[in-house]
Amino acid sequence: MDASILKAINAERRGRRAVIVLTDLADGSSQLIREGEPIASEFRDAVEAAFRTGKSGTIDVNDQSWFLNAHLPPPRIVVIGAVHISQALAPMAKIAGFDVEIVDPRTAFASEERFPNVALYPEWPEDYLKRRPLDTFAAVAAVTHDPKVDDLPLQAALETGCFYVGALGSRKTHAKRVERLREAGLNDAQISRIHAPIGLDIAAASPAEIAVAILGDIIKALRTRGLAPVQMELAE
Amino acid sequence: MHTAKDETRDPLDAAEEWLGEGRSVALATVIETWGSAPRPVGSQLVIDAEGNFLGSVSGGCVEGAVVTEALDVIDSGQPRMLEFGVADETAWRVGLSCGGRIRVFVERLN
Repeated sequence: MDASILKAINAERRGRRAVIVLTDLADGSSQLIREGEPIASEFRDAVEAAFRTGKSGTIDVNDQSWFLNAHLPPPRIVVIGAVHISQALAPMAKIAGFDVEIVDPRTAFASEERFPNVALYPEWPEDYLKRRPLDTFAAVAAVTHDPKVDDLPLQAALETGCFYVGALGSRKTHAKRVERLREAGLNDAQISRIHAPIGLDIAAASPAEIAVAILGDIIKALRTRGLAPVQMELAE
Repeated sequence: MHTAKDETRDPLDAAEEWLGEGRSVALATVIETWGSAPRPVGSQLVIDAEGNFLGSVSGGCVEGAVVTEALDVIDSGQPRMLEFGVADETAWRVGLSCGGRIRVFVERLN
């Protein structure tokens, strides 16, 4: 592998962008594929699957063996609201392999006693986002019920293209939220990406069960996510 | 002499740093596993010409053998495919006795 490819892989990883290294196992020559870059048709299915699953593997194309090494950033869940649901969601999400961060300016809620061993940000989302900006490998779950806290990070998540954006609240609450987000300048396509009511419909009846529904919803969004659009077509 | 450095460091970051220091570096990657292999496909180990290594391809079972092969790869520049498994006497000797088999691709960084 060429050192320039290694440097490019590391730069993409530092920037929390997905990248795949395609290596010809006959001679060791490698190329780097960024999400959204055009892919030769014989590799397209395998490359797209690897971008979604993060799984690396060998494939045979044109009687040759190739190795696809997928480097996906660790997905991060940002929970807006240090509520009961979050207390159940944080440990479960960690077990499932997510980095979890909890944001809530209400210090009585965002306390270490309620959230042991969790990255806790007892501050306004606005301040948190300045230090910890969102990216496409972040999921945002807003669960405070309070527009003062929830609206701004929801807007930021939609503008960033986070792979999952969910908001707690009844359909009536959500209808009002949609009005506010429209007034804030978001278009309907963006707003329609919000999962509301939040979580898979599993008839969850307790905060812990709602946390299961949210986590399942987030995993589904991650593994079926729409890949970045291809920037230009390959000349055939 | 084979010495493992800080295991929490990322092998690809280390590889870039080592190249920057003018060291010769090989990269070993698990490309296929069968059975109960200890480390998943894509796991990587970086090796320099002195036999220093960082990362993991088997959780300690076959690293010694991979490092030895990597020194040859650094010398020749020719990539090499290694296979370890219980059926393989060498692998048994170096300790991949967990019932799995792995293929490891070793290449020089140029």
